[in-house]
Amino acid sequence: MIPIAWYLIFSAALFCIGLFGALARKNAVAILMGIELMLNAVNVNLIAFWHYYAQIHSRPYVHGLAFTTMVFVVAAAEVAVGLALVISAYRRRQTPVVDELTLLKG
Amino acid sequence: MTVETLVVFIPLMPLLAFFAIVLFTHRNNAVSHWLALIGAGLAWLLSMVVFGRAIQTEDLSQHPFAAAIQWLPTGSTGLEIGIQIDPLSAVTLFFVAWTVLMIFIYSIGYHNFGQPKGEHDRPGLPPHGAEIQDAHGHKHRVPSIEPMYARFFALISLFAFAMFLLVVTDNLLTLYVGWEIMGLCSYLLIGFWYGKESARNAMIKAFLTTRVGDVFMLLGLAALYSLTGTLNYQAILNNPVVLNGLASANSPLAGISWAGLIGILLFVGTIGKSAQFPLHIWLPDAMEGPTPVSAMIHAATMVSAGVYLVIRFFPLLSTGWDGHHLTLPMLLMGGIGAFTALFAATIALAQNDIKRVLAYSTISQLGYMIAALGVGAYVAAAFHLITHAFFKALLFLGSGSVIHGMEHGVLHTGEKIDPQNMLFMGGLRHKMPITFWTFLAGGLALSGFPLITAGFWSKDEILSGAYASGQLLIFWVLALAALLTAFYTMRQITLTFLGKPRSQSAEHAQESRPVMTAPLVVLSFFAITVGWVGIPQYFPLIGGILPNWFEEFVGSMLLSPAEKAHHSLLPLITSLVVALGGLLLGWLAYRKVFQPFDPLEKPLGGVYTLLRNKYYVDEIYQWAFIRPARWLAETLTDRWLDRTIIDGVLHSLGNFGMWLGKTLRQWIDLPVINGAGDLTASGTRNIGTYLRSLQSGRVQLYATVGLGLVAAVAILIYFLWVIG
Repeated sequence: MIPIAWYLIFSAALFCIGLFGALARKNAVAILMGIELMLNAVNVNLIAFWHYYAQIHSRPYVHGLAFTTMVFVVAAAEVAVGLALVISAYRRRQTPVVDELTLLKG
Repeated sequence: MTVETLVVFIPLMPLLAFFAIVLFTHRNNAVSHWLALIGAGLAWLLSMVVFGRAIQTEDLSQHPFAAAIQWLPTGSTGLEIGIQIDPLSAVTLFFVAWTVLMIFIYSIGYHNFGQPKGEHDRPGLPPHGAEIQDAHGHKHRVPSIEPMYARFFALISLFAFAMFLLVVTDNLLTLYVGWEIMGLCSYLLIGFWYGKESARNAMIKAFLTTRVGDVFMLLGLAALYSLTGTLNYQAILNNPVVLNGLASANSPLAGISWAGLIGILLFVGTIGKSAQFPLHIWLPDAMEGPTPVSAMIHAATMVSAGVYLVIRFFPLLSTGWDGHHLTLPMLLMGGIGAFTALFAATIALAQNDIKRVLAYSTISQLGYMIAALGVGAYVAAAFHLITHAFFKALLFLGSGSVIHGMEHGVLHTGEKIDPQNMLFMGGLRHKMPITFWTFLAGGLALSGFPLITAGFWSKDEILSGAYASGQLLIFWVLALAALLTAFYTMRQITLTFLGKPRSQSAEHAQESRPVMTAPLVVLSFFAITVGWVGIPQYFPLIGGILPNWFEEFVGSMLLSPAEKAHHSLLPLITSLVVALGGLLLGWLAYRKVFQPFDPLEKPLGGVYTLLRNKYYVDEIYQWAFIRPARWLAETLTDRWLDRTIIDGVLHSLGNFGMWLGKTLRQWIDLPVINGAGDLTASGTRNIGTYLRSLQSGRVQLYATVGLGLVAAVAILIYFLWVIG
């Protein structure tokens, strides 16, 4: 059986890639993609912890799976809203670059 | 209607006219003067009806026409307002109604009704005259209508109301009300031409001077009310119990009974109103008003009110008088009256203004009446009051007519002379015959021309009364005054009407319109005939042909008629001599005046100057009262008390406050409170300035910062809790 640490290291790596993408990419669509990566890293974590937890207790728990499914739903909704926002911002500003969307500058 | 109801309506008529003119018709001259005339005319008609009823009533003095209603409840007692017609008020009503009506009619002409408006006339100044063009294209200057014509009629209507009120009332309080309204009207009418400074000064002088007397009178009134609980004439004057009670009660002033004190206080009111020495100074200056006002207020009616008051209160003034020893108020009246009679007569000798001569003669004649009361000649005083009202109204209106004629001449010739100065007149008898003959009748009545004129009979009675009372000093002073009266009256007549004109204007003088001369004729009729109702029984030859109605009628007012005096021919001879002698001397001295210069000025020298300047009484008052009062007001109160002490205290208080405020501001407000406030504001702003650089609007930077913070917190937690 694959030790849990491998899953966690993979998940952490995935999360860091997503975090880097969200912070460093200029394109709003790429930022959204980075966020998706971070969400999926979390999903990997959740599934991994659920799998080991269920095996240790030898019981057929499903709450890890349900949690992950919820995350998918939320992520899908987030992508739908996020992409709509990005398209709307693009239509107004003719740019997908978030550095130029500084309306909230103090 | 009962006669009492009629009496109530007498004063109401002019009052209604006053309100109607003031409120509704003051823009229309004709309607206004008709309203005033109708008011005065109805009052006259009612007065005549009432007078007719009064003289037919038996025993009127004991049972006068009277009616009263409750007016002011004052605790346990109450003041009533009511009317009362007894013999004294009946005869007063008679002469007031006649003179008022005549003066109203005369005023129409005097104020040039029907003449064009003057180009330069404006309210508050006498009319200057207007330029008109006749059919041939010639330009003339003619008199112009008074700019405030309606206002004049409103004011004299109010004045007539007050005088009628004063006459018909039955108590002292209402009398005082009428008295004060007349004071107000006098003030307003003296200052009728308020554009002239002299008129303004005169109006204030008249008001203040009479006010001095009024205050004392009010004190007397209050004392009388507090002692007797009533101000009704009948209840006080017809009631021996009350009179004796007042006479025997001691007043706070040592040696004077309450009757004496109240009498003196009321008499001081008379001194003010009837212009007796030392409060006589206002009356000559009152000649600043239009001449009808001088006639009405300052000769016929208002000044008569003062004499009327003391005649009315003679029973109180003379309580305790046994026919030999005069009471204190009587002594005072005798002294002041006789002195004023002589004093004013001497001043009149040296006056050149036709109206001023008459003003001083009014003062002198009023002094006569007061002196008559002082020696107990009650009926004679009332008699002289009435005859004087008629002939003095006549003389004033006549002088107004003369002035009018002279003004006509002045307008015609354009001369720069005073149209009231007698020295510029002369020869007017040809130009103004009606005015001359009526003025002559009035003048002779004033000087007491024997037998035919009214003034002779009343003056003769006063002289014989003074002689009979044993007050020989008063008798001789009055006789001397009568001599001077005749002298200055003749001087006036001679300078004005006789001889030759002494100026261009006098040559071009013109007789006044019939509306002015008709009242003169009516009044001159009375100036002669009114004396015949009081011819004494004892008079040689003609005594007893006509009954001495007046003495019976008015004399019944006294509870105990004075004992018939012992008659002597000396006063009669004296009055004949002084009247005729004075007239003769006056004619001799002034018949040959050809230049506008008084022939007596040189021989009399300093005396003339003294008289000319009215014994410098005005200057003495200026020095003794007005300057100290001004000093008190300007220097003591204003400069020292007010500006130095009070202002000083206030200013130092203010300065201390300023200092305190500045200090607090400098040391507490500015550093502490303002500093804290400013610091809060600037600190917030500085923090904001620092923080705003974080707010770049770049989402990824926020996220990075968030990440860094999370990392820092995580490290902190790790070191604090996990390891520590």
